[in-house]
Amino acid sequence: MNFILIAVITLGAIALASAIVLYVVSKRFAVEEDPRIGEVLEVLPGANCGGCGFAGCSGMAGALVKGADNGSIDGLNCPVGGPEVMGHVADLLEMTAASVDPMVAVVRCNGTCENRSRVAEYDGVRTCKAMHMSGAGETGCGFGCLGCGDCVEACQFDAIHINPDTMLPEVDEEKCTSCGACVKACPRTIIELRQKGDNNRRIYVQCVNKDKGPVARKACSVACIACSKCLKVCEFDAITIENNLSYIDFEKCTLCSKCVDLCPTGSIVKVNFPVTESISSVKEIKEAIQ
Amino acid sequence: MKLHTFSKGGVHPKEYKLSHDIATIKAELPKVAIFPLSQHIGAPAKAVVKRGDKVKVGTLIADAGGFVSAPLYSSVSGTIAKVDTAIDATGYQVPAIYINVEGDDWEDAIDRSATLETLANHPELDAEEIIKRVKNAGVTGMGGAGFPTHVKLMPPKDTSAECVIINAVECEPYITSDYRLMMEHADEIVVGVELLMKAVSVDKAYIGIEENKPEAITLMSEKTAANGRIKVVPLKQKYPQGGEKQLVEAVTGRQVPAPPALPVHVGAIVQNVGTAFAVYQAVMKKKPLFERYTTVTGRQIDHPCNFLARMGTPFSQLIEACGGMPEGDNKVLAGGPMMGKAVISLDVPVCKGTNSITVLSGADARRKQSEPCIRCGKCVSVCPMGLEPYLIATFSSLQRFDELEKESITNCISCGSCQYTCPAHRPLLDNIVQGKAVVMEMIKSRNKK
Repeated sequence: MNFILIAVITLGAIALASAIVLYVVSKRFAVEEDPRIGEVLEVLPGANCGGCGFAGCSGMAGALVKGADNGSIDGLNCPVGGPEVMGHVADLLEMTAASVDPMVAVVRCNGTCENRSRVAEYDGVRTCKAMHMSGAGETGCGFGCLGCGDCVEACQFDAIHINPDTMLPEVDEEKCTSCGACVKACPRTIIELRQKGDNNRRIYVQCVNKDKGPVARKACSVACIACSKCLKVCEFDAITIENNLSYIDFEKCTLCSKCVDLCPTGSIVKVNFPVTESISSVKEIKEAIQ
Repeated sequence: MKLHTFSKGGVHPKEYKLSHDIATIKAELPKVAIFPLSQHIGAPAKAVVKRGDKVKVGTLIADAGGFVSAPLYSSVSGTIAKVDTAIDATGYQVPAIYINVEGDDWEDAIDRSATLETLANHPELDAEEIIKRVKNAGVTGMGGAGFPTHVKLMPPKDTSAECVIINAVECEPYITSDYRLMMEHADEIVVGVELLMKAVSVDKAYIGIEENKPEAITLMSEKTAANGRIKVVPLKQKYPQGGEKQLVEAVTGRQVPAPPALPVHVGAIVQNVGTAFAVYQAVMKKKPLFERYTTVTGRQIDHPCNFLARMGTPFSQLIEACGGMPEGDNKVLAGGPMMGKAVISLDVPVCKGTNSITVLSGADARRKQSEPCIRCGKCVSVCPMGLEPYLIATFSSLQRFDELEKESITNCISCGSCQYTCPAHRPLLDNIVQGKAVVMEMIKSRNKK
């Protein structure tokens, strides 16, 4: 009986002493956290994808509140939540969110099995990083997609998949949040975040090969050969050619499509444009109606 | 006779030294010779010729791009076709010089006679002069890695060299180019070793040769007997004994500390036997490095051969000279089967470090299905660096780079013993190599800060 009593008293005393210590410490060294951080965090999507440039949503929330205190939250954007979430956040912080053009991930390689023949077989670990490090890959193109799907692994939103026919990744525009995880995962920086564009229409160079024209063309039939035709035809100064590769600046591009029609290898592509009907197809439509 | 070897790990792959007894053949000149500008570790060479220039055998075509770099000399006579890009062993396009071959016209300065020049005949050669000539001749390590030799002959100031170790181990299966070189040019190699000793001012040298080359051990022992300062060390057969650190330990019993320490920190300067020969030719014959011994081999190849090939000769030509590519799928390696690099094109030219072209049939080369690790610990017991390959391979695939650094991944010499021995056929080296690259980059950027 006595032992039990001693034990209870001792443990009780220790517990009391610890409680006092904890109480004092928690009062004395309390970290003052702005309550707004918690509120902002509630609004953010909570994907912790890193698309905003911070490690996770709480980092972003902290930065937003700090920005609000300094009078501006420009430059901070949650690509996943988009304008809707940023609007909520701005209301909460009594600020105005700068409008940011929505972006989407774009795969800049069209090296399908037909366009780019396989010259070797890779037998190592099937990740793009390993293949990239061991050499140029299975084709003669040392810049193009390796097709092992590191980008697919990286995507948290199930928005990118390898098409089994082409062995190239395809982006689901509806699901893509432009967080940029795939851009970082690709060892060859083939994926780029580009403006979604008016009506989702985009024009871009679907190639990243920096080899000289003949070498690039030999490896892949739809490679950019840096012939400069697009550069000359563009009236808006949107096209630059560097290291044997053409690039279209989406800020300047007006979607006039002139370069697309002129590109001899078909490496410049337009997406989500309505199909322009030539006379023959009008005929076909008539036939279909009849 | 007691055989030396290194203490930790090691494997013993089947030898297949098919071209062991076949005397070296001079390879035919290529029609177009291709010279990638980066054939060594360090800054790429800078082209000093342009399209249309006429060159002779031994004309400078690219100058060193820095201190850790080496100049490049033409191996053929003819006209520069273009300075463009060419595919190299990795499959990527790299800057390169193309030469259309016309005749075989050598620079006059090169001594083409077979007379043996000895150090006694050339009292004017001091350490500085030897290093200067080696540097100007573009000599780099001939064992494969291709580190510029003059840099190795000028060790950091806080170290002192005590001996030169000549790497004639040739522990990789299939390769016989170093062996043939020793059998055919033993006298020149001995002079080359003396030159190396003089260049770093030491009076001891060891030539490490594995026991599977008894003729070479006997021959080199005879040739060095008169000298007294050069000793042939027969070594027990074990891969990767040709690794610099393993060889230093096998010969001297000293262990090279973890990187960034070099073998010279324990007093040893290691040079390949091919490098010793190249040094002889560069210093005594004024012949820059533009041709090398290389083995073309494989079990399906009709006539495995050793060639004295001019640099810039495409692989396809040498394989053709051995009877052509075997039918079916093949894996062509620049180097041996353990550390060689699989090439994706046969247009790849012979470079300074191409000690072998190994052709493996698809069935031999193809990997077996990888299975889960059974924790048998075989990889740990064969790792010559005392690492835990199964652990670092796993950390590496999980991208846990801090742990990798703690597990000393930077010590890995990429010898592949772990992957070779793994009963579950796990791709250990693939993962380790990736992790190592990231950790090296991490350390580099941290040191910059």
